[in-house]
Amino acid sequence: MSFESHSDLSRRRLLGAGIALGGLALAGCATTAGPSIGRVVVVGGGFGGSTAARYLKMWGGNVDVTLVERNPDFVSCPISNLVVGGHKQMADITRGYDGLKALGIKVVQGEVTVIDAAAKKVRLAGGGEIAYDRLIVSPGIDFMTDTIGGLASALATDQVAHGWKAGPQTVLLRKQLEAMRDGGVFALSIPKVPYRCPPGPYERACMVASYFKTAKPKSKVLVLDANPEIQSKKALFEKAFKDHYAGIIEYRSNNELKEVQGTTAKLEFDDVKADVLNVVPPQRAGDIASRAGLVNMNNRWVGVNWLTMESTAVPGIHVLGDATFPAPAMPKSGHMANQHAKVAAAAIIQLLKGEAVSAAPVVMNTCYSFVTARDVVHVASVHQYDATDKTFKTVPGSGGVSAAANQVEGRYALSWADNIWADMLAL
Amino acid sequence: MKRTGVAAAAAMALLAPLAMAQDAHLARNLAATCANCHGTDGAARGDMKPLAGVAADKIIAMINDFKSGNTPATIMHQISKGYTDEQIRLVAGYFAAQQPRK
Repeated sequence: MSFESHSDLSRRRLLGAGIALGGLALAGCATTAGPSIGRVVVVGGGFGGSTAARYLKMWGGNVDVTLVERNPDFVSCPISNLVVGGHKQMADITRGYDGLKALGIKVVQGEVTVIDAAAKKVRLAGGGEIAYDRLIVSPGIDFMTDTIGGLASALATDQVAHGWKAGPQTVLLRKQLEAMRDGGVFALSIPKVPYRCPPGPYERACMVASYFKTAKPKSKVLVLDANPEIQSKKALFEKAFKDHYAGIIEYRSNNELKEVQGTTAKLEFDDVKADVLNVVPPQRAGDIASRAGLVNMNNRWVGVNWLTMESTAVPGIHVLGDATFPAPAMPKSGHMANQHAKVAAAAIIQLLKGEAVSAAPVVMNTCYSFVTARDVVHVASVHQYDATDKTFKTVPGSGGVSAAANQVEGRYALSWADNIWADMLAL
Repeated sequence: MKRTGVAAAAAMALLAPLAMAQDAHLARNLAATCANCHGTDGAARGDMKPLAGVAADKIIAMINDFKSGNTPATIMHQISKGYTDEQIRLVAGYFAAQQPRK
């Protein structure tokens, strides 16, 4: 199969002639010499989009890469529960885009409102268009607030925090906890799977409880889980709840939130009056995905070709991270979004050059969760592409969770963050 | 049905090394799956083990010791088992050729 076009061929001939006539001019700058092999626009500068932009430039050399991100800086969801618990500050989880800019990536602070796949252009809020040959959409998640009565207005007025996109929401939740009286109740509502970061809510319960344990010892953490049980690292979290937070954390399964009134959580059979109500809402692919016609799985997620991360709904658009309909046992995590991005970057470069894409990609995941300020538990998995079923599958006998919470992994968790932030943002 | 399955498997077994041989960037792409923890091109920060510039034989031996349980690990005994020996060989060769972080 060849994707090579005439313009690619003529470009290559020109480049060949250039080398023959003036080899010196090209020496020493082989990766940036010559005409661009194509324009790639990346929508969303989180774990997926930033990694894709960085690796397109690193592996593709003369690819024109534009990254459009609405926020001025990257704020990491992983480690943000430590900020909620008072063990880290916002500056510890905030990084800039200067590293990507220094690589020659055009970073545009703005919001893509329209994707015109036919014309291969994106339109920005407030005007302006950017043309592309290939588009990457890494939109993260947005919330299905309309499924829970009163939630949209409770979130809009900051009465209730979600804290499920790091940034101002992280600060809001922390402030609410600091303002709460000792003896108060912090209630955390967890939606049914799938949602972003399966172990995240249970880590949050631990972090809030760790804060209460020292600062507000008469207070309670009430976990209202819509699921029948803890969804990740179950035995490890159960042990942490018992060993460290007995009398503080109360865990309730099958407690799906139906309605929010003030900071009262209305469940199927009873109401829970909370002092601080934290609702992790049900989720779907970020809004731009549905506006672009990319959402084609369960009315929530984006189906992709796992060899290229290209949307199965709209050709020429590659979708990464939490927004995708996952392969079996593939978590919605920043780590996984980074891995998706590398598959996409490699494939897009091959496609722009008219070459075959890799037939045997591998992705893997590691999620560290803090159960105390220092003790951490992990879950890890490795996913190999299965050509017969055209999906990623976990390797039997690989992956798993920590034997027990430990401080060695507490150090690894923070190093993981430093390394992945550097990997995605070219720090 | 069964016979065609076996024949297909045999054909795939023959094709697989060929596909790998034609995939010029396979080592680079596989090594990139390690970068989240071990740094871009193996130039790790903090408490993670740097892999850039480490001899390929040494990396292969480390991974095999994780796989066998000879070297106790927090997580690498689980991750290493997700990669084939051939993939480990490619990854090790790639990291060996990289520059260590200054």
